Amino acid sequence: MPDGALPVLDVRDLKTVFKTRSGEVHAVNDVSFSLRPGELLGVVGESGSGKSVTMMSLLGLLPSPPADVRNGSVMFDDKDLLNVDAETLRKVRGGKIGFVFQDPMTSLNPVFTVGVQIMEPLRKHMGMSKKQAAARSQELLELVGIPDAKRRLGDYPHQFSGGMRQRVMIAIALACDPQVLIADEPTTALDVTIQAQILELMKELRTKLGMAVIWITHDLGVIAGIADRVMVMYGGQVVEHAPVANLFNDPQHPYTRALLKTIPTIHGERAARLTVIEGQPPIMTAPPASCPFRDRCDVAFDRCENENPQRYDLGAGHDAACFYNARTGAPRDA
Amino acid sequence: MLDSPQTPLVSVRDLKMHFPIHAGLLRRRVGEVKAVDGVSFDVMEGETLGLVGESGCGKSTCGRAVLRLYDITSGEITIDGAEIGDTSQSKLRKMRPTMQMVFQDPQASLNPRMTVEAIIKEPLDEHTKLSESEKREKVGELMDAVGLNRQFAKRYPQAFSGGQRQRIGIARALALNPKFIVCDEPIAALDVSIQAQVVNLLEDLQEQLGLTYLFISHDLSMVRHIATRVAVMYLGKIVELAPREELYAEPLHPYTRALLSAVPEPDPSLATSNERIVLQGDVPSPANPPEGCNFCTRCPSVMDICKTVEPEYFEVAPGRFTACHLYQNTNDTAD
Ligand SMILES: Nc1ncnc2c1ncn2[C@@H]1O[C@H](COP(=O)(O)OP(=O)(O)OP(=O)(O)O)[C@@H](O)[C@H]1O
Ligand SMILES: Nc1ncnc2c1ncn2[C@@H]1O[C@H](COP(=O)(O)OP(=O)(O)O)[C@@H](O)[C@H]1O
Ligand code: SF4
Ligand code: SF4
Ligand SMILES: [Mg+2]
Ligand SMILES: [Mg+2]
Repeated sequence: MPDGALPVLDVRDLKTVFKTRSGEVHAVNDVSFSLRPGELLGVVGESGSGKSVTMMSLLGLLPSPPADVRNGSVMFDDKDLLNVDAETLRKVRGGKIGFVFQDPMTSLNPVFTVGVQIMEPLRKHMGMSKKQAAARSQELLELVGIPDAKRRLGDYPHQFSGGMRQRVMIAIALACDPQVLIADEPTTALDVTIQAQILELMKELRTKLGMAVIWITHDLGVIAGIADRVMVMYGGQVVEHAPVANLFNDPQHPYTRALLKTIPTIHGERAARLTVIEGQPPIMTAPPASCPFRDRCDVAFDRCENENPQRYDLGAGHDAACFYNARTGAPRDA
Repeated sequence: MLDSPQTPLVSVRDLKMHFPIHAGLLRRRVGEVKAVDGVSFDVMEGETLGLVGESGCGKSTCGRAVLRLYDITSGEITIDGAEIGDTSQSKLRKMRPTMQMVFQDPQASLNPRMTVEAIIKEPLDEHTKLSESEKREKVGELMDAVGLNRQFAKRYPQAFSGGQRQRIGIARALALNPKFIVCDEPIAALDVSIQAQVVNLLEDLQEQLGLTYLFISHDLSMVRHIATRVAVMYLGKIVELAPREELYAEPLHPYTRALLSAVPEPDPSLATSNERIVLQGDVPSPANPPEGCNFCTRCPSVMDICKTVEPEYFEVAPGRFTACHLYQNTNDTAD
């Protein structure tokens, strides 16, 4: 992917807090990342680490209250999406930025035919006539590999299998030729052979359409297969970020290193016993004043208790938020 | 780990579980879902037999049928010397202690209105004559065994994380000293970092208590870790069964090959070098399976015979079973 190209999407210091009856939840803390044209950024992290809230925040999809997007900027198309009027945001969303969420809120409506649901964004965002939209809908279903597309436009969601419904969701997200596609665990509920079909399709579409993709998953295998760069989240923060090969071959953050050891594989050495990350994820009730991973980290030291590490630049597009230098085995200098 | 286990604790022969489909005002029977359609396998004493396959292929139904949580359509099931295929449910109740089940969703399988202690104690109330204090002591021991702090005994399941809830389910399953446990996707609902904890626990308990597991999962990497032998299901049938190493190193059935090649490996260098077999289409409905081989609608090696004749399930090599016409010839010439 072109390294020097200007990012299509640039997120800086995003901070989202939920106000609940039992206090605040600091779900996203100063998350920054950028996305270059045509690249696929993989996002991994355990459940509750803030992956979905990050993406929902930048698309303005979280109801407020309880959500409060407190800080940050989201630059897209020379505009800060956190500071545009509702109408502009609606146009971007589902238009130039397509998204597929596992969230039921954004899944298919059982009472409308699939055709009606694909045509909706085409008419709304692209101002197409009914006839144009119908033709384009058929094209889109064909693009995502649904056989007999023309006839299937008249079918209702329940007449499709899980894998096909997910393809329809992708077709809708792609309807308006988005520059960016955000996919939040789009294959988690699918079987591996169906997941393989969708991943294959994704690769094809990226080369065909040149769009940039953010792919959220907890499956490191999926990431290894499709991502150009990877961002690892833990406790609402980006703890490591690197080109895909570096992340797997030279992980730097203790969480990433532990995570890679816990997963069994199909081909590699078969460990007699699985490695476990002891302890629990952090309860994010206050802004972090220390490293969120410290209770579970096997190399934690004093400083980790008193300060939250910033992301240290390690060169070659690799950074990690950790006071410990895994390469030298010693603490980093202040 | 030392000798390979040889005596079957569980033997299943030609097990079928068909569910009727009713339709219309009179709820007339219009067909049947062949969820499990003639499977045969043994589970050796002390081993873990992995049962894998895609959603809806019949894994859970198979596990539940083996424990006679259903009245089965036909077939033989022998557990620890007793034939239970057509035993009445009232007689089965007395045999329940030997065989237990751990479920996929730790949230849904625990009664939210019962304390952890009451949940683990319930099978003891039903099946033993222990005194209250003996039962409480036993509950404490079980909580120790699965790594739950005894101080949590009076809490309710909602107060626990997913991994802890699964430990409660396991403690309850262990209460009556079972020999055989069906684990139906025990880790599927858990986060990756918690999965390893539960799997390690199951392995420790197996070693300490000599347990035998049927481990149902769609996670082929985890099954490679935990299973001694692996059975692969497709549309209600076992298409291949083999010792772990052999199955993963050299899968025979075209479905097993496709399934294994579809598993994404967490290694970017493998991702580009490995040829992935991408199957076309979806799994057919078990209410209306295709004629001939069940896999013929998606099989990359399909031949004419596959569309008319169902391949026989047989032992191709010692300990290796498969049902596919590609291997049937060698069998014929061998006789
Ligand atoms: N009580 C029932 N009545 C009718 N059909 C049923 C019943 N239980 C299961 N089935 C059907 O039997 C087939 C096998 O279901 P089963 O739950 O055994 O699948 P599975 O392999 O465990 O899938 P998963 O991986 O999704 O848990 C499915 O088509 C299912 O819809
Ligand atoms: N509506 C809400 N109210 C309160 N807390 C929430 C809400 N939605 C999400 N959270 C919290 O925000 C954190 C991040 O959640 P999320 O982004 O969904 O995680 P994931 O990385 O699994 O996608 C979690 O601690 C979650 O409990
Ligand atoms: S900052 Fe300290 S506690 Fe946090 S990951 Fe690094 S070494 Fe561990
Ligand atoms: S019997 Fe035929 S269709 Fe079935 S798996 Fe073998 S080759 Fe494929
Ligand atoms: Mg999420
Ligand atoms: Mg199941």
